[in-house]
Amino acid sequence: MIGFIGVLYDGFAYGMLLFLLSVGLSVTLGMMNFVNLAHCAFGMLGGFVTVTLINDLSWPFLATLPIAFLAAALASVLFERVLYRRFYGKSDLDQCLLTIGIVFMSIASAAYLFGTVQQPVQLPSWLRGSVSIMGRGFGVYRFFLICVALTLTAALILMLEYTRFGAQVRAAVDNLRMARGLGIDVDRVFMLTFALGSGLAGLGGALAIDITGLDPSFALAYLVYVLIVVAVGGLSSIGGSLVAAVLLGVSDTAGKYYFPAISSFLIYLVMVGLLMWRPAGLFGRR
Amino acid sequence: MRRLLSGFVAVSALLVATAAQAQVKIGLIISYSGQFADTGIQLDNGFKLYMKQKGDTVAGKKIEVIRKDNGGIAPDVAKRLAQELVVRDKVDILGGFELTPNALAVGDVSAEAKKFMVVMNAATSIITTKSPYMSRTSVTTPMLNDAMGRWAAKNGVKKAYTLVSDFGPGHDAVAAFKEAFTANGGTIVGSALYPVANMDFGAFVQAAKDTNPDAIYIWTPGGTQPAAIGKALNERGVDTSKIKILGQDELTGVSALKSMGDLGLGIITAAHYDYNLQNPLNEEFVKAFRAEYNREPDIFAIGGYDGAQLIYKALEKAGGKTDGESLIAAAKGMAWQSPRGPMSIDPETRDMIENVYIRRVEKVNGELRNVTIDTVPDQKDPVKAKMK
Amino acid sequence: MGLSAADASPLAHVARRAAWRPLEVVFWLLTLLPFWLTPDYLQLASQIAITALFAISLDLILGYGGLVSLGHAAFFGLGAYAAGLFSKHLWGEPLSGLLLAAVIAGLFGYLLSFIIARFRGLALIMITMGVGQLMLEAANSAGKITGGADGLQGVKTWPLFNAIRFDLYGNTAYGYSLAALFLCFLVARRITNSPFGLSLQGIRENSTRMLAIGAPNNAHVRRIFTIAAVMAGVAGALLTQTTETVSLETLSFQRSADLLVVLILGGVGRLYGGIIGAIIYMVARDHFSGVNPQYWYFWIGMLLIAVVVFLPNGILGGAERLVPKAWRRRA
Repeated sequence: MIGFIGVLYDGFAYGMLLFLLSVGLSVTLGMMNFVNLAHCAFGMLGGFVTVTLINDLSWPFLATLPIAFLAAALASVLFERVLYRRFYGKSDLDQCLLTIGIVFMSIASAAYLFGTVQQPVQLPSWLRGSVSIMGRGFGVYRFFLICVALTLTAALILMLEYTRFGAQVRAAVDNLRMARGLGIDVDRVFMLTFALGSGLAGLGGALAIDITGLDPSFALAYLVYVLIVVAVGGLSSIGGSLVAAVLLGVSDTAGKYYFPAISSFLIYLVMVGLLMWRPAGLFGRR
Repeated sequence: MRRLLSGFVAVSALLVATAAQAQVKIGLIISYSGQFADTGIQLDNGFKLYMKQKGDTVAGKKIEVIRKDNGGIAPDVAKRLAQELVVRDKVDILGGFELTPNALAVGDVSAEAKKFMVVMNAATSIITTKSPYMSRTSVTTPMLNDAMGRWAAKNGVKKAYTLVSDFGPGHDAVAAFKEAFTANGGTIVGSALYPVANMDFGAFVQAAKDTNPDAIYIWTPGGTQPAAIGKALNERGVDTSKIKILGQDELTGVSALKSMGDLGLGIITAAHYDYNLQNPLNEEFVKAFRAEYNREPDIFAIGGYDGAQLIYKALEKAGGKTDGESLIAAAKGMAWQSPRGPMSIDPETRDMIENVYIRRVEKVNGELRNVTIDTVPDQKDPVKAKMK
Repeated sequence: MGLSAADASPLAHVARRAAWRPLEVVFWLLTLLPFWLTPDYLQLASQIAITALFAISLDLILGYGGLVSLGHAAFFGLGAYAAGLFSKHLWGEPLSGLLLAAVIAGLFGYLLSFIIARFRGLALIMITMGVGQLMLEAANSAGKITGGADGLQGVKTWPLFNAIRFDLYGNTAYGYSLAALFLCFLVARRITNSPFGLSLQGIRENSTRMLAIGAPNNAHVRRIFTIAAVMAGVAGALLTQTTETVSLETLSFQRSADLLVVLILGGVGRLYGGIIGAIIYMVARDHFSGVNPQYWYFWIGMLLIAVVVFLPNGILGGAERLVPKAWRRRA
């Protein structure tokens, strides 16, 4: 029994990581129909910011997290202003090509700047190790990860539900033309949403280093997982992304524990099954 | 116009100069990009260092190196690059090869074009059987794990659990380990294969721990996985003084130890090289490597270094002849002192014969190191020994 | 320009579309040039031809059927392994191997098309990707048959027509791949210019209206998907036979994604887009990675961005806008 709870715990923590990495893409894809395959590149940027701050400038781990968020958010605004906005409403295939081009450039740039070596990060001692409950270890860092992600989710939902900006975002997602017609500055709303989503990915990238490691291939390696979460959760649905991320995290972890022989199949089987059942995603409306 | 003219003169002067001195062309096929980029770059670093130390002229001939990016596991690309190197660039020697599928594919080209080929990392036993002109300067996976299995059974391990990447080399490794381990009285209490791209080992380690083994044998191809494994071991409270963690060098490689930190303490691995090996040649090598690349050499670097060394030595012995027949004849039985210890090329299999070191991760002067606790001398590849 | 009654008749329209334009003839003649101009690059040329065929196959379902697939390598890999296993265990005669790979990939495509035809959009993209990944994992798990991560060993291709060896320079490889590409192109061209091809484009543009005028949408989609699977399988088999290697990489997500990049780069929905995309992408990769083996990805990324900024809808799509109106064929 405690073993099963332990699997749930690990899977939940992994799911939280996937959620942070993907929620931004879900919202921006749903709102602007913009296919941003470079989403994980912003996540990678956050990771490298944290690594640099810790290893070269000896910052404490926690202090680097907001910087990782800000760096990714700012970089994404830059890209949005200079490149992305030219492609709103254009062919989604062109958007794919543009953002894959950015992914390639980000991978090469990261390899040039940081080398291809796996980036080492030492967490502060209070985040390392585990607490043993009934003979099974529960990683402290995973607990931290869950707390951070749940706090952020709550903050996101509150912001969307109760602030003026949140109302504007919801309006833009529901009906872009109508929102524009009502005088909402959709461009600005989108830019901020985009920055927020990329910032969360940056934060996710920073938090992921300890679980997944970090090297220049991160920008491409996690794209698949992020796309799965977005598709299964349903576009523009924060709750959907959360549920999908947890579902995938748990099924992936449980698969490794209980069915190691087919664990590599499981995440894809779950995804294909869910999508055949609900093509628009669990919480998707379209 | 003047600049153009002087440029023209310079180029033609260069052409004349190169024509005057005979050349040996070496084509290196290495993955400089993609998932395995770091491996390839370290290998090339080793190769470059040897060339820098010994100069670029051997037996009166100038060495020219052409580098091609394989971009990861892609035998079709590797084969095409090798064919192009042979027909277009007219290379005499093929080298590099960190990845088995790529090395196997190029074996055909080496055999057909009769080109000397040096595999500098890929570690599957059968590779060298693909071409009679092929030799190797790394190690084979079964060599290391055969040594480890015997050593473990003779050193107090009765029950072992195996956790291995679901990947050809992983299967070879665990087979060699199991065979040597059980032949010497050990029992396997459980086995698991994990997906190649796996990143989170918590569940696997927990399942292994639940069987109460004396040792968990883990095989990983390296990359990001060792750090993740170290974290999982720690999170699950695996105490390396009670449950031995056994593995192959990649598990506690230089960058792996850096990211694992103290979590790596006590892990026991088998390797043919480590930068901490105590011998004067190695100390010199490590010093030079650090000065050049600002990092420690690893098994890939030594593979590249000795790969260049074997090519140089074979060229010298063959008196500058560059055809495959002469070079492989020269390479057979070649013996030299490498930073990894005494090393030779088995005249029968064209594979290397070398020491395997059993090491434990310990803290020395506040730094994590693989400290040699035992040496298995003159290890040969067990698979090819059985084929005979 | 007014349309006469004859011009407006549907059959005349189809016939006019199907007529060969001089530029096309010139293009295909140019594909023979590498034999004389760049005899050292024939292996690359052969792999470009294979990629081009693979891209045409994707173009049939994406550009004409409107289905985005991120798992097209499933068919490529299936064809590659089918041809490889055939050569390893039965015989290495290339043409029969090609045929077998086509049949197997086609059968699998046909079965899968019943699922595929029900989905659109993101769900379709992810389902195709999922199927591709499942195939990859299956091939990896069945190591006893496929050779697993080491790749299938022991593939030998017999001389073509029992007479022409596959040589180191790639003369045979390129000739063989080019011939297969041209034949498949003829088939694809014929299909896209047929009434069936036109109804596919109708489905892509407005599937509801097509249903309303009585077109069996799902049946059409299933048919083109199966044909595309056959061509992808042929492309995979060509790679196996010309390189005598098969690896898991033939089934990988990377291959599917690269293919999509190639096709979008060249221009979707024009058949030639896939060919042009394959040429530009692979020559650029070869060139950049030769100049700078470590960081060439940067330049490839820049190329993609430049194309998309300056030539939207791919190189052919962009080029079409640059060509004076009068030169364009009447639609």
